[in-house]
Amino acid sequence: MSSFVSQFKAAASVKTADLRHRQVIRTALRSYEVVRDKRKAAFQSWESARQAAAETKWEAVNHLDTHLEALTAKLEARGTKVHWASNAAQAREIITQILRDKKARSIIKSKAMTSEEIHLNDALEAAGFTVVESDLGEFIVQLRHEPPYHIVFPSMHLTRGEIKDLFQKELGDAPSDSPEDLTMVARRVMRQKYLTADVGFTGANFAIAETGMISITENEGNARLTAALPKTMVTLLGIEKVLPKFADLALFLPMLATAGAGQPMTCYNTMYSGPRQPGEVDGPEEWHVVLLDNRRTELLADPEQRDALHCIRCGACLNVCPIFRNVGGHTYGTTYSGPVGSVITPHLRGLQDWKHLSNASSLCGACTEACPVKIDLHHHLLHNRRNASTNEPAFFERLSYQAFGLLANEPGLWWLAKKIGWLTQPLQKLVKGSALDPAKAWTKTRDLPPLPQETFKDWWKNRK
Amino acid sequence: MSERENILGRIREALQTKAPLPGSHTAGGATTHPVSESPAAQAREWLPLVGATAEEQLALFAKNAADLKADFQPLASRAHLKPALLRLRDAENWQRIASHQGELSSLAANALGLPVLWTDTGYDVQAMEQCDVGITECDALIAQTGGVAVTSRSAGGRALSVLPPHHIVIARRDQLVADLPAAFALLQQKYTPDFPSMISFITGPSRTGDIERILVLGAHGPKKLTIFCV
Ligand code: SF4
Repeated sequence: MSSFVSQFKAAASVKTADLRHRQVIRTALRSYEVVRDKRKAAFQSWESARQAAAETKWEAVNHLDTHLEALTAKLEARGTKVHWASNAAQAREIITQILRDKKARSIIKSKAMTSEEIHLNDALEAAGFTVVESDLGEFIVQLRHEPPYHIVFPSMHLTRGEIKDLFQKELGDAPSDSPEDLTMVARRVMRQKYLTADVGFTGANFAIAETGMISITENEGNARLTAALPKTMVTLLGIEKVLPKFADLALFLPMLATAGAGQPMTCYNTMYSGPRQPGEVDGPEEWHVVLLDNRRTELLADPEQRDALHCIRCGACLNVCPIFRNVGGHTYGTTYSGPVGSVITPHLRGLQDWKHLSNASSLCGACTEACPVKIDLHHHLLHNRRNASTNEPAFFERLSYQAFGLLANEPGLWWLAKKIGWLTQPLQKLVKGSALDPAKAWTKTRDLPPLPQETFKDWWKNRK
Repeated sequence: MSERENILGRIREALQTKAPLPGSHTAGGATTHPVSESPAAQAREWLPLVGATAEEQLALFAKNAADLKADFQPLASRAHLKPALLRLRDAENWQRIASHQGELSSLAANALGLPVLWTDTGYDVQAMEQCDVGITECDALIAQTGGVAVTSRSAGGRALSVLPPHHIVIARRDQLVADLPAAFALLQQKYTPDFPSMISFITGPSRTGDIERILVLGAHGPKKLTIFCV
C-alpha cells in the first residue's frame, strides 16, 4: 500500500467517525443547497446553459493552442509580460525571480488554487519573502498553517469559536466570536498590508483569448485591492482557463456564482487587460502573467477525460459529494479535493499513487449532475479504476476472480463450495471481524448476509 | 526550445486525437452538429428573465439591488441629487471624500462642501484610505443582476470604487441595460480596441461568508454601496 493510501484511509476513518465535523460541514452546506436551487430556478433554462457552457469549454480546450497564442499576443501588445512554466518548479522559479528583480519584501495574495498547487507560499517564505493571504478564509487557514479545506470555502471546517481563539493567539485581537467582529479584525489587519505590499499576487478564473484579458471572481474585494495598489502584479493561471470570447463571460460568470455559492453574481467580477495604461491614474506599473502547465497537457492527451479541463473550480461537486461531506477536504491530501480532485489528481500526480481516490466513491453521480460544465465526473472515476487495473492488475483481485471463474464453470465444484459455505458459516460468527476472519475487511463494520437455506436451483426444481 | 514552444508543442500533439463532443455520456445529450463558434452568444435565452420595458427593468434592478443589500435611489431629477447626498453626509458624518472628474461625479462631489481628493492626476493612497466615501460614475447598470459595471477609465481608476468604506455610484437612467449579454456588448462596442486595463462588475457591497457561511458585509471592499440614478 502506498503511503498516500494509508494516509487517506487513516484520516478518513477518523473523520467519518467525527460527529462534530459532520455537524459543522452539514450546517455550512445546508443553506448552500437552498440558495443554489433558488438561483438555478431563476434561470430560464439551467440545462441549456450547462450544455452551452460545456460546448464553449469544449471549443476552448480543443483549440487550446490557438486560443493561448491569441491571448498572449494581446496581453503582450499592452505591455504585460507573459511567462510559460511547464511545471511547478519552473513557476516557483519565475515568480521568485520577479520578486528578486523588483527587490520586493512583502507580497499580498488573493486566493489562487494554482499557488496551492505549486506550494508557492512555502517557496517564497523559504526565499525570505513575507506572504500574506488576503482572502478571509485563506488568511484563517494560513494562520493555522494548514491548506485550504475546500477550493471555494477554505475555512468551512472551522467554527467561530475556533477562529476567535486563533485570532486571539496569533493577532492578539478578537473582540468576540461574532463573524462580523472577526471579519473586521481581518479587515483592519489587511488594510495596511495592501498599502505597503511591494507585489500583489492573484490567480484567475478565466482568460479571454479574443480581448487578451484575465478575469477574477471574488466576493470580498481583496483581489480588486491586490490588483490596484502594489506597484507590481503577478498572476498565475493554468493554461486551461482560457475562453474564446469576451461575451462568453456573460454566461460563465452567473453560472459560476450560482453553482459555486448560490449567488446570482459574485460581488466582484473583474477583467484585467494590462498594467496601468497611458492616461490611467493607478494600477501596477508591471504585470506578469505566468501560464502553468504542470501536467495539464497530460490530461489533454487523454481524449476520454479531456473534459476534466473544462472545470471552472466552482466547488459544486464537492458540496454535493457524500464522500467529501464525510471524509472532509483535508483527508484527500491533494490540492483539489472532492470528485474533481479524485478525477484529475491521478493525472497530475501519478495514477498508481492516487488511484485510491477513484475507489473512494459510491458512484452516485451527484457530482456529474451538479457540474455546471457537464464534466462526466463519475464515469471518469470508473475510467481511472479501469486504467489503474489495466496498467497494474492487483494480484489478489486477479487470483480471486480466477478462482471464482473456476468455481462458476464447474457445477461440481460450485456444489462443493456451497456445502462448505453452509458448514463453515456458523464458525465465521465466532471470529467475525477478528484477525482470524478471512472476510475481515468487510465484516469489521458490517454483517455478512447469511447464505440461504434453499438455492435458486433447488427452488426452481421444487416449485409447484 | 523555449517553454512556450514546449507547452504549445505538447498541446498540439495531444490535440491530434479528437475528444468526444460534450454531453456525449448522457443519452441524447451529445451535440450532433459541430460545436458552434460561440454557443454562449445565445445566453440571453437561458439566463434569468428580464422584462422588455424600461419600467420593468428599473423595477427589477431595484429589487435585485435590495436583495444584495445595496442602496438604490432613483431620483426624479439632477436637482434631487444634492439633498440626497447631504442626507447621507450628515447621517454618516463624512469628513473627506474622494472622486474623479466627470459630469455627474464632479456635480456630486462639489455639492458636499467637503475636501475632495481627486484621483485624476494621481493621488496618495494613504490619503484615499482616510476618505469616508468614494464617488464614481459607471458604464452600465444591469437590471438582471442589480450590479454596476465600472472601468478604470470611467470610475476614477482601480482603487476609488473599492478602497473607501462607502462607494457611491452616480448613473444616468439611460445607462440601465437589460442583462449581462447587453452589458458585455456595450463594453465591447464602447472600448474595442483600446480597453481600459480594468473592467469590474460590482454586484452589491463587498461581502464574505468565510466564517460559518454567515454573511458579513464589508470584508475588504466597501461596506456600503449606494447607487443614485438620475
Ligand atoms: S468539476 Fe464541475 S462541479 Fe466540480 S469544481 Fe469543476 S466545474 Fe465545479
